[in-house]
Amino acid sequence: MRARGAAAAGRPSWRRAEARAALMFLAPGLFIVGVFFLIPVASAFLLAFTDFDIYALADPRNVRIVGLTNFAGLLRNPVFWTALRNTLFFVLLGGPLTVTVSLAAALLLDAKTARFKSFFRTVYFAPFVTTLVAVATVFRFLYHPRFGLLNQFLRVLHIPTVDWLGDPRWAMPAIVILAVWKNFGYNMIVFIAGLQNVPESLYEAARLDGAGPWRRFRHITVPMLAPTFLFVGVITMIGYFQLFAEPYVMTRGGPLNATLSMALFMYQQGFRWWNMGYSAAIAFFLFLLILAATLLQLWLQRTRRA
Amino acid sequence: MKSPAAAAAVRAAGLAGGALLLAFSAACRRTGAPAEPVRMWAFGREGEVVQQLLPEFTRRNPGVVVEVQQIPWTAAHEKLLTAFVGNAMPDLAPIGNTWVPEFQAIGALEALDRQASASGFLTGADDFSGVWDTNVLDGKLWGVPWYVDTRVVFYRRDLLAAAGYTRLPATWAEWRSAMERIRANSGGKKYAILLPTDEWAQPVIFGLGRGATLLKDGGGRGAFSEPSFRGAAEFYVSLFRDSLSPVLSWSEIGNVYQEFARGTFAMWITGPWNIGEFRRKMPAELRNSWGTAPMPAPEAGTPGVSLAGGSSLVLFRSSLRKDDAWKLIRYLSEPAQQALFYRLVGDLPARKSAWNDPALANDAAVAAFRTQLERVRSTPKVPEWEQIATRLFERLEPAIRGRVSVAETLAALDADVDAILTKRRWMISRERVRPAQAAVSRPGDLAAGLRLATGDVAR
Repeated sequence: MRARGAAAAGRPSWRRAEARAALMFLAPGLFIVGVFFLIPVASAFLLAFTDFDIYALADPRNVRIVGLTNFAGLLRNPVFWTALRNTLFFVLLGGPLTVTVSLAAALLLDAKTARFKSFFRTVYFAPFVTTLVAVATVFRFLYHPRFGLLNQFLRVLHIPTVDWLGDPRWAMPAIVILAVWKNFGYNMIVFIAGLQNVPESLYEAARLDGAGPWRRFRHITVPMLAPTFLFVGVITMIGYFQLFAEPYVMTRGGPLNATLSMALFMYQQGFRWWNMGYSAAIAFFLFLLILAATLLQLWLQRTRRA
Repeated sequence: MKSPAAAAAVRAAGLAGGALLLAFSAACRRTGAPAEPVRMWAFGREGEVVQQLLPEFTRRNPGVVVEVQQIPWTAAHEKLLTAFVGNAMPDLAPIGNTWVPEFQAIGALEALDRQASASGFLTGADDFSGVWDTNVLDGKLWGVPWYVDTRVVFYRRDLLAAAGYTRLPATWAEWRSAMERIRANSGGKKYAILLPTDEWAQPVIFGLGRGATLLKDGGGRGAFSEPSFRGAAEFYVSLFRDSLSPVLSWSEIGNVYQEFARGTFAMWITGPWNIGEFRRKMPAELRNSWGTAPMPAPEAGTPGVSLAGGSSLVLFRSSLRKDDAWKLIRYLSEPAQQALFYRLVGDLPARKSAWNDPALANDAAVAAFRTQLERVRSTPKVPEWEQIATRLFERLEPAIRGRVSVAETLAALDADVDAILTKRRWMISRERVRPAQAAVSRPGDLAAGLRLATGDVAR
């Protein structure tokens, strides 16, 4: 406080009073951020370098500082690589699919000939605000190998049926389908907002120059939506890297770890086996992964624009 | 910027905050007050059914209010651990007896020796010794068995008879020949036994049968490469390699009851909960075509061994109402309540005297469990056991599929297990935990138990 006071000494007193008032107004927010964000994040980071486990619950003296052992152990653990592969599969398949589906829905709803727009907007948005547990229960019925709607449909088409959640090859795609259906509504709304900001005059000028629908889309809609794409892409990707609730509710990571995501792996290590140090190391790794992927996406967008 | 509205809002916020504080302090003060209920957590269906036993308890103990919270089994373990960390434990709960070492290690449990011996009937004399033993650590009793379970062989009597056997063979060698004949009878189209590849119970049962200790050095290192377990693992793996069992994990099996009815496999090693399921789900024409039998033994003259499973009532150390909570544990442990609980939910009673109840004594399918329960052994009593068990089936699967040899896979498993137990070895070396007593197999005791059991059960 003394240093602050000295720095502000030269300024007129009303500015100092204003700064103090500002600090007071900010204090509750800073306090909450500090207590509920900064301290937990910092302690989780420190936890990653300890072997905090079930024995540490009995007596804090049983915690040892182990340096990078947790990280080394992680790289040697085949389950970690499975979780990483599953998560990347989910992000790389589910992410682009969600963005594509939401853009398609947005284009349909933004078309001038579309009718009952607000009705469809609500219907498409509804999954996003529905509780996941309820959705997952319904999807478990849809995916049921014998009585599920999806397999009955396949049977009608004489396509071999699939044990959606029981077959290790199909469980993750099944989760992707659920996630796309559940999440595209939000992106769709963002895209609609973006589309409404594209000036109509650009399309008119292009039409006069003889540009067809595809070229108008390619050369007007897509470039004008670039900031929206970036936002939607980054938000979707960050969300998808943290895949947890869908496999937790539907498959608990199975069959044969086929739907074990990084976040679920972290949860299992932390709350099932109580290897908190190890679990914090996974969290730290996931953070780095998301950070790297986000920076990559920002960089790609920038180079494309330049 | 001080409008009257803003001032009113501030005042309202202040009032709300004050009210919240008051409510909070009231909540804090309430702890330990006389009207505070005894809080019990109970898991799965038992949590629902146990409420039917409570009116009688309340009648006998007018001052005691019991509050049961139902929690699904899948969330039970996590809930208990987080409650321990958050200092929000109930007063008592039934926990899986393999969890006892873990909750004892973190200091969550209260030793029950004094109360149990004072009760007169919870001394272990009326219990199955193998199951009772799972609750004893460092020479103290940490839980009272509530219900027991173990695994026996469920088999198709008709398919076994077609292979020339009137009853399930008692030794591994004969058992194997029976399986081979069943397989041959089906023209190699069907299987003799179902051993789901993502279950650790079966290889562990075979290991315990051969007297394997599973861990060594007081629970500090894996002992899966030792001859006793290796022999069991080879027997287990050979059942897959010779196509006597399909290589299927649970998720690939589909409807297990339907497959059993179709004869896709003729045997299945499973627990007492399936007696009821079989009665409900087997088609009418198969109603008398299935039976249960105790586990076969590796050699003639020795009894087959199985797992000492079950659920134990524990009293949490943090409880402020230990006396009343113990009254409830004692009540639920009474033979009469145990028999009633069996009638309500089908969980096998832990007190042997409760088995005299006609519902149990006259049930042929249950008799195999009665015999088996006299020869059960506990898995290593270390907090890391579930982690180790999970690793066990993950490591065995490549051997089942023939990608690696049994010896290689067991060496890799021991390395994994040693890594999981690193901290425990450090704890033992610092004398912060006591080394686990190796579960010594005592063939004499087991044989005596067997004689007793076969004499006891009404046939």
